[in-house]
Amino acid sequence: MELNQLTAHELIDKLKDKQANASAVLDAIYSRIEKVEPSVKAYVRVNDVKKPVCNPQPDSLLKGLPITIKDNICTEGINTECCSKILQGFRPPYDATVINKLKKSGAEIFPLKANMDEFAFGSSTENSRYGATHNPWDLESVPGGSSGGSAASVAADEAIWALGSDTGGSIRQPASFCGVVGLKPTYGRVSRYGLIAFASSLDQIGPITRDVRDSSILSQVIFGYDPNDSTSVKQDVPDFSKSLTNDIRGLKVGIPGEYFVEGMDAEVKTIIEEAINKLNSLGAVSQKVSLPHTEYAVPVYYIIATAEASSNLARFDGVQYGWRAKSDNLIEMYKKTRGEGFGDEAKRRIILGTFALSHGYYDAYYLRALKVRTLIKQDFDAVFKDFDCIVTPTSPTPAFKIGEKTQDPLKMYLSDIYTISVNLAGIPAISIPCGFTKKGLPVGLQIMARPFDEAMLFRVAHTFEQNTDWHKSNPKL
Amino acid sequence: MAIDKETVKYVAHLARIELQPDELEKLSGQLHDILGFIDKLSRLDTSRVNPSSHILPISNVLREDKPRDSLSPDKALENAPVKKGNFFSVPKILE
Repeated sequence: MELNQLTAHELIDKLKDKQANASAVLDAIYSRIEKVEPSVKAYVRVNDVKKPVCNPQPDSLLKGLPITIKDNICTEGINTECCSKILQGFRPPYDATVINKLKKSGAEIFPLKANMDEFAFGSSTENSRYGATHNPWDLESVPGGSSGGSAASVAADEAIWALGSDTGGSIRQPASFCGVVGLKPTYGRVSRYGLIAFASSLDQIGPITRDVRDSSILSQVIFGYDPNDSTSVKQDVPDFSKSLTNDIRGLKVGIPGEYFVEGMDAEVKTIIEEAINKLNSLGAVSQKVSLPHTEYAVPVYYIIATAEASSNLARFDGVQYGWRAKSDNLIEMYKKTRGEGFGDEAKRRIILGTFALSHGYYDAYYLRALKVRTLIKQDFDAVFKDFDCIVTPTSPTPAFKIGEKTQDPLKMYLSDIYTISVNLAGIPAISIPCGFTKKGLPVGLQIMARPFDEAMLFRVAHTFEQNTDWHKSNPKL
Repeated sequence: MAIDKETVKYVAHLARIELQPDELEKLSGQLHDILGFIDKLSRLDTSRVNPSSHILPISNVLREDKPRDSLSPDKALENAPVKKGNFFSVPKILE
């Protein structure tokens, strides 16, 4: 095994025992990038960055370990453009809180940023100004999105681990498509300071890793209250290493009937049912439950998320940063800058969100969506009274082909049908590999838990992982 | 609810986005379809439901009104497309 193929926890041990050094790890990643990046395209602005030397970081847990960062998380001095023309050349003057925490833990912030759908608007990483990322398991398929670059870089061994962000499934769905582990923490667990906002009541940063132990280690580093984010929560972070018990005997697992209906790929269905059987054979007790408002999650999301986005993206007006169109008139300058600077999906969402908030439509759309959001949250509250976790597929299908859904936005939106409710309810969820289709595409199992009970996710996911080998498979590149 | 080209044009103006004629055409059709799908929400009786703008049981987060370090003018202006002295520069607003 090369150094770039190891998990972070294996590397932590090797670096500690001096069986490897930090620059050898970086070298291994770079030679992998040289080999596979032309076909995977997980990173952006590759030619702008010279091969770095290791920066002196404090002697701490992650000393010498590189981490790949999505292009919407601010890294001081390293371009952060949300893969959008409108943020062309933006070099943040400060670090996001998660980056600060990583640096304090000794981690090396990898200088190449991971590709994404522009402003995280998408489920396939095709809406990037830098072009699509390709799925390492099938180069003609999408890696999922919007954190497709982060997930593909980990799957293709071009990164040890990565950070993504998840507003409606943007960590879990690409993790599922790329056969890696992706965690969406509870809303408020991770500071959003320095995460370029998409939908502020839904966004969370989270880890994309090769296994569950790595996910728990990275969570331990990035979780916690931050006075710079008024929506981060003062809640103790437990020692997650204690959750990796390989014991789920007696746990009550809810299986929502609404997630196993039309539109679901038959192979995915079989693989998920086998995974549930596996959990039962390990001592969990699964039982059918109901989340009756599931079918409303996608429409609610596309009102709330676009409304919040239309407000958040008002700041991109060609004045303070990024790209500006030429004009002598202020209003015209705004309109040209935004008309030329935003891609199609960004314009579609900003206009939809502006419409939902506009006079005469606010009650019918935005307010109604906020009310249905309450109903969706109440569905989860009711199930979690009696169940420790909920298990579902992460996505109704395996990775789809590049170009397959780009002409039909509604079809693309429906690919998030199993992940969106989690963001609306603010609960945590993880996607782990649980099998492959006959064509060799990975399938992800999603586990959801009560707010702030990520420990439950790690416990169930780790137990499943210890008793299966899916996470050990690698794409042939 | 239907959305026509005029409405899309008006909303795009509110959002300060210039649309090319072909974009306007395409977007109007797509938004019409998306809103048609979203109209599913009107099937639900929400008259007795409270709205959730976010899910945390916190509100009015305040901090002490103490000055602290912030970005220097130089750093804050580093990314400005056009600047003059210590200011962001924009096209003339007043005649």
